[in-house]
Amino acid sequence: MRRMHLSRLMGHAVLVIAALVVLFPVVWVVAAGFRTPISLLMGEFAFSPVLMNFAEVLFSKTSDFLLNYRNSLLVGITSTALCLLIGTTAAWSLYRMRWHPWVLHSFLGWTIIFHMIPPIALAGAWYTMARSVGLDNTFTGLILAHTTLNLPMAIWLMGVFVRDVPQELIEAARIDGASTPVLLGRIVVPIIRPGLAATGVLTFVFSWNEFAVALNLTMKQTATVPVAIAKFAQDYEIQYTQMAASAALSIVPALVLLVIGQRFIVSGLTKGAIK
Amino acid sequence: MPIGEPRAVASSGKRGSLLDDQVWRWATFAPALLFMLGLSVLPLVNLVATSFHQVSWVGASAVWQPVGTAHYEALPNDPLFRAGLLNTVIFAVSAVGGQMVLGFALALLCSRIRGGRIFYRTIFILPILIPGIVIGAIWKLMLNFDFGLVNKIVSLFGLMPHDWLGSPATALFSVIIVDIWHWTPFCFLLFLAGLESLPQDVYEAAQIDGANRWQELRYVTVPLMVPTIVVTFAFRLVLAFKVFDEVYLLTGGGPGTSTEVISFTLYQRFFTEDRVGYGSAMGVAVIFLVSLLLVVALNTRRKREGMA
Repeated sequence: MRRMHLSRLMGHAVLVIAALVVLFPVVWVVAAGFRTPISLLMGEFAFSPVLMNFAEVLFSKTSDFLLNYRNSLLVGITSTALCLLIGTTAAWSLYRMRWHPWVLHSFLGWTIIFHMIPPIALAGAWYTMARSVGLDNTFTGLILAHTTLNLPMAIWLMGVFVRDVPQELIEAARIDGASTPVLLGRIVVPIIRPGLAATGVLTFVFSWNEFAVALNLTMKQTATVPVAIAKFAQDYEIQYTQMAASAALSIVPALVLLVIGQRFIVSGLTKGAIK
Repeated sequence: MPIGEPRAVASSGKRGSLLDDQVWRWATFAPALLFMLGLSVLPLVNLVATSFHQVSWVGASAVWQPVGTAHYEALPNDPLFRAGLLNTVIFAVSAVGGQMVLGFALALLCSRIRGGRIFYRTIFILPILIPGIVIGAIWKLMLNFDFGLVNKIVSLFGLMPHDWLGSPATALFSVIIVDIWHWTPFCFLLFLAGLESLPQDVYEAAQIDGANRWQELRYVTVPLMVPTIVVTFAFRLVLAFKVFDEVYLLTGGGPGTSTEVISFTLYQRFFTEDRVGYGSAMGVAVIFLVSLLLVVALNTRRKREGMA
């Protein structure tokens, strides 16, 4: 009994250390956002927090960070809505309607291959195409790109949830004369709501975090948050404390989603892999 | 990546509902199909076409000049391309290997204790949600030569501070460590979920047979976890091959070509140098290699299943 107790304590000790290793760099950078550049360079552990970096990043005339934030929200929310709508209907069609296996396998096979392709390889083609139809440096171009990037994941994940909808419910609704839109809206969507939440959270986070494509499809006016942060690091004289402040601001949406949607994130991340 | 057999909807007895099904079967599938055709297949065709041309821009319209297979012939002699491929393989294999082992060990520990699972899980989700570019920013601060925390800790032990990202000997190693930090929690979460879903009666049987902890792990847990391990490994490997953000921010491929990864090479050739034709050829080559990998992986799996 004593040995059990001891090994459990050891387990907790190792996990707490691991948690600290994970957490500490993040806290360190958030703290760096509250430092003066001199305090950071001196490397003193105790410092009196200042808000100048945040003020500079948010409200200075030379900074577009608020605009970048709005752009990221716009692109993230729109592409997430598109992914949920298109992904759910496609999952319904593929997994619950009668398709020839050939159609099913070639489509899903293609989504897997597509998912393996480095986005930067496609960014080139997207850029050329967008430019020739005048969609380069527009939100439309980036929203379409992000929707395409996340659509495979949305279809797979929603597929897992759609397959779990009880067949009896569908048949009952059919017998009552429900058409497909009514069936989807009234019966299926309420059942798969946890799936929609999980997929929605992940899709939004992936769009919010996406950098390689956003870097090449946007300009000053349409740039997203990661593109803005990368600029800080590329300046000849790196503004470390401002970079830290904008990094801290950029993880706020993720933190909010983590607090309100922890179980959805876990189910989204694990469901696709385990099932 | 789940691909299951479709469960067909039994058509009801109503007349006309078969036609209704036909229409809606297409209507619900069409948007996704259009997206994938228009924004993944078409760009790929475009990429292949571009790869045989020299492209220059005059305003919004591109001027195409056919060059045959010249771009492809130049690829094997491109030192950046070769360094990119090699480094990507080194990076992916060592980073993913490290994450898998660490993540599995931590998940095993966590599954054996009762309390605090939600606490650990919440903290371990955090790095997964943080943008790759911010991960880069975090570690650029941590690994900074002058004031980075890592060098502070190193000098506590009486060692000389080291330019982790700036010296060719440690740059790739540092990027690998950052990636292990970033994604070990992800492996942990998947493994923990897998461990939690294992049937308990097998363990009881193993205990009755007098298996010790090590035998239990070796002959019960690991074999049962193989599907989860394979999926996690494949998922991570695919993502590791696409690595771009962290390298962009931390090292920019340098010093020299020591952290040049393939996505970054593509970016440099296509966008920075604006060599659209040549960059496209490189993109096609990378996609070809990636698909080849997938085919080989699927084939070995099929062969294994055929033997079993």
